[in-house]
Amino acid sequence: MSAQSVLFDAPGPRARRRMLLGNIVGALVVVLIGVFVVYQMHAHDQLTAEKWAPMIEGRTWIYYFLPGLQNTLVAAAYSIVLALVFGLVFGVGRLSSNRLIRWFCGVVVEFFRAVPVLIMMIGGWIFCAQVLRLDPALSPLLGVIIGLTLYNGSVIAELVRSGVHGLPKGQREAGLAIGMTRGQSIRSIELPQALMAMLPALVSQFVVVLKDSALGAIITYNELLRSARLIGADAPFPVLQSFFVIAIIYIVLNAILSWIAGKVARRIGGRTSGKVGGGTVKGGINGAVSVRAIQKSEMGQV
Amino acid sequence: MGDFLQVLGEYDIAGAYWFNVKLAFFSGIFSLVLGTILALMRISPLPSLQWAGATYVNLVRNIPLTVVMMFAAFALWPQLGVTFSENLDQNFFWLAVWALSVYTASFVCESIRSGVNTVPVGQAEAARAIGLSFLPAARLVILPQAFRGSIAPLGNTFIALIKNTTVASAISVADISLVMKYMVDQHGNYVIPIFLTVAAGFVIIVIPVGLVVTLLSQRLAVAR
Repeated sequence: MSAQSVLFDAPGPRARRRMLLGNIVGALVVVLIGVFVVYQMHAHDQLTAEKWAPMIEGRTWIYYFLPGLQNTLVAAAYSIVLALVFGLVFGVGRLSSNRLIRWFCGVVVEFFRAVPVLIMMIGGWIFCAQVLRLDPALSPLLGVIIGLTLYNGSVIAELVRSGVHGLPKGQREAGLAIGMTRGQSIRSIELPQALMAMLPALVSQFVVVLKDSALGAIITYNELLRSARLIGADAPFPVLQSFFVIAIIYIVLNAILSWIAGKVARRIGGRTSGKVGGGTVKGGINGAVSVRAIQKSEMGQV
Repeated sequence: MGDFLQVLGEYDIAGAYWFNVKLAFFSGIFSLVLGTILALMRISPLPSLQWAGATYVNLVRNIPLTVVMMFAAFALWPQLGVTFSENLDQNFFWLAVWALSVYTASFVCESIRSGVNTVPVGQAEAARAIGLSFLPAARLVILPQAFRGSIAPLGNTFIALIKNTTVASAISVADISLVMKYMVDQHGNYVIPIFLTVAAGFVIIVIPVGLVVTLLSQRLAVAR
């Protein structure tokens, strides 16, 4: 870690003794906090077998966790595909040579990035249910998909744009030199490379989609979080326990996605002239194509 | 149009936004404190603290905020007995602040750390070379640059926090998204204008903050 090498020299014997002491004290404090939490859970009857048993029963998984997980994945999958389409259309639109199209796409993208996802979900949900008069059972799913698509599509549009801007300008000049129009050069030379370069960032964006799908619980979509709440609503009220289980499910899913993003970043380096933002999920950032994209996409992660 | 304005008049929209501003304010302060502690742990030379900080960040960052929020309201308070106030509304407000702070702290930590990472090793070596010891080198050379480097990511984290305050409606804090839910519930035919009104409020709040962050990070950028 460069942080270490910036702040600290290699320790000498005295510093090493002090570090050992500090390390032990630090470990003790961490352990004490852990013990305190576990003791509090015990004191409030949260560690009883009665409360944890439902978590390993097949019934709980078959009727609650697995259908919830399935609904979460369904909403996330639709949203990712639609967000990709939205992002490509508006990202390319922002690169258009027509000033009106560029301006329009810019306003749309900036607008949807500034509005909270939940607000869009509530709007989409009620719009489907009351204006379009769609099946009430379907409207929450559509609301989730609308919210996730608009927000993440806008973030992807930014990724597309910064991906194209991040290419060396020789790529565009070469395209123009062999007689292509600006549009042809974007379509057949710049965009494919930009997409390659943004692939890791794109996979990292899936983490955001997956996490934000939990907002669906607020608009009555039966996803993982809502199923956990339903489990906790019945005796013996294992709320803490079911939340514990779904937290682990989310963490594992996101870890897999982050791992794929890192893998992708390492593999495609040679297939683009742009800078591959190596799935820097570890750095807390959606592996991104340029510094600007890193700063912007960070909004997405949160 | 007149009808729609009448509908808007039935609700305390400014008061609802005020809830979001208050949530963002308190959560901003607490997450900054907790995030800074976590960042210090992660950049300290002590493996036990590094490990604890990294574990916290990697776990919390991958849990949806809605899960943290509902955990606060349905497990932390009723099951574990953590109570912030005897007043029920106040209690839910502070539970929401707790959830937002705990969640955002992991992003604050990473923002600060990425700021430290923008400082090239050569800066520390140069500081050593002119005879500065650890504390003066950190105070005069490294931390000022690290601080400037972390303004942009910290600002973006704060913008995300402002938008995330809407999640507090999951535990019935009367913020703007809950009021919007009531509004569209009763006046479904006005859903588009209601959405645009509420969204406009966020555009008005978020875009100036974004401009200030960009301006600050450009003005304070370290030229390299």
